[in-house]
Amino acid sequence: MVLGTYKEAVSARANDKQIQKVSQDGGIVTALLSYALDEGIIEGAVVAGPTEELWKPEPLVAMTSDEIISAAGTKYTFSPNVAALKKAVRQYGLEKVGTVALPCQLQGIRKMQSYPFGTRFLADKLALIVGIFCMENFPFASLETFISEKMKSSPDVVEKMDIGKGKFWIKSLGEETGLPLKETHGYEQAGCNICPDYTAELADVSTGSVGSPDGWSTVLKRTDAGASIFDQAVAAGIIEIKAMDDVKPGLPMLEKLSQGKKDDANKEMNSRREIGLPVPF
Amino acid sequence: MLARIKRFLGLEAEAKKEAKPKKDKSSQQEVGKVAEKPKIGYIHLSGCTGDAISLTENYDILADLLTDMVDIVYGQTLADVWHDDGVNQNNPDMIEDMPEMDLALVEGSVCLQDEHSMHELKKLREKAKLVCAYGSCAANGCFTRYCRGGQQAQPKHEAFLPIGDVVQVDLAIPGCPVSPEIIAKAVVALINGDMDYLQPMLDMAGCTYNCGCDLQKNIVNRSLCTGCGTCSMACQTRAIDMIEGRPEINNDRCIKCGICYTHCPRSWFPSEQINKDLGL
Repeated sequence: MVLGTYKEAVSARANDKQIQKVSQDGGIVTALLSYALDEGIIEGAVVAGPTEELWKPEPLVAMTSDEIISAAGTKYTFSPNVAALKKAVRQYGLEKVGTVALPCQLQGIRKMQSYPFGTRFLADKLALIVGIFCMENFPFASLETFISEKMKSSPDVVEKMDIGKGKFWIKSLGEETGLPLKETHGYEQAGCNICPDYTAELADVSTGSVGSPDGWSTVLKRTDAGASIFDQAVAAGIIEIKAMDDVKPGLPMLEKLSQGKKDDANKEMNSRREIGLPVPF
Repeated sequence: MLARIKRFLGLEAEAKKEAKPKKDKSSQQEVGKVAEKPKIGYIHLSGCTGDAISLTENYDILADLLTDMVDIVYGQTLADVWHDDGVNQNNPDMIEDMPEMDLALVEGSVCLQDEHSMHELKKLREKAKLVCAYGSCAANGCFTRYCRGGQQAQPKHEAFLPIGDVVQVDLAIPGCPVSPEIIAKAVVALINGDMDYLQPMLDMAGCTYNCGCDLQKNIVNRSLCTGCGTCSMACQTRAIDMIEGRPEINNDRCIKCGICYTHCPRSWFPSEQINKDLGL
């Protein structure tokens, strides 16, 4: 299946005005983790927290909704959240941990849960993993380079970064500038080129902007636990939903991008195999 | 080798399926009828006993495991049953010969200068249908790779090797220590004859050297790394920092257990098992 296994797809957004203001799209990751924290489903969440350097996140073990909200919004570079899961369990003593993860991070987390060779009493502590759609990720130096050289700006003055409508967007000083995605190609890290997963197929709940209108996110409910927590958040009025069939551009757009990533990954894997390099998928 | 495992599992699989639903009283009686339980041995060479302790940390299932599912027929620590036909022949506690075993777990690396260990390991290979390198010392040498001799109580003891360098190993379970959960999962897989689950452990039997630098050499240098942070999470000595989205190994902390590379989703990836476990 091109979107992985899921129970239901919906378009959704957080009802909280504070979250809407800072979130990337529908604020689903922020709202869902905050809700899970408030309800005691999780005791803390590992998120991509802010650092002194703008746009350069670091994993943060968030213990309050405010801390979760401080990490809202997409950063287009590394935040090795998986590394901090052990910190959350060992140093913070959490029994139920939530996190937000990219497809590659989910691959690491789920492999650990199926084969916990060296991770003592960690695998069963992960109560909620929200996956985010991801085409590719950039080294910070790549971001700096195309923002300064091609967009004539600097990460230091950028208020929001976004990818949509075929462009990489920055908003700074009230002005929006877009760079066609073909101009950013070649700046992504090479490890992404063999990744066949666009929609975070191993998450409890996956979300991302593609398929939904501005200010909304597409949500794929996958595991029993994920679907149940999401449905509770909807029932509690934290998250508002619309049927996927009622929104534009809808699932066909998501399917197209997901298939595209799989096709590209297969092509890259084949060319690597031809020169004798190992590929894991 | 695979055929040997399958034969072993084929023999035992049926008995174990009955043993599984342990909460049901009627099935407990059935367990009693089960004729043959797998005979397990455990030998301890040059290691810290961390892996044995990890095994005993499966409190919840340990009692059932030991009484209903397996027979521990050999092992100084776990069963107080041991044999030594090299030295101490007159020790009254010693049994006459090493028994036949379906599976032998070996903890610790083997010291080439330790005649007793070498002898026990070779003997074990003869007596056990399956030999499992249990824990990183047995699998890849782990921190005993740093040994250079010249220490007390045996200054001559300098060469500590993963057991796979001395005898044929059928499966390896790395970890320093091995986690309690992977032991439980591996035992349940053995009992259910779930070869798919055990396959990565069979594959790893051939790998007798690891180091934090595996990540640089086999992952980063091959354009496989995405900076996910799994290696850093898995590292049991906190020797890995993620710098600019790539693992940076602190060689002073690395104990060469290989757990970073084992856990990396780009070294090998058990896609079907994951989907099965998640119910996806």
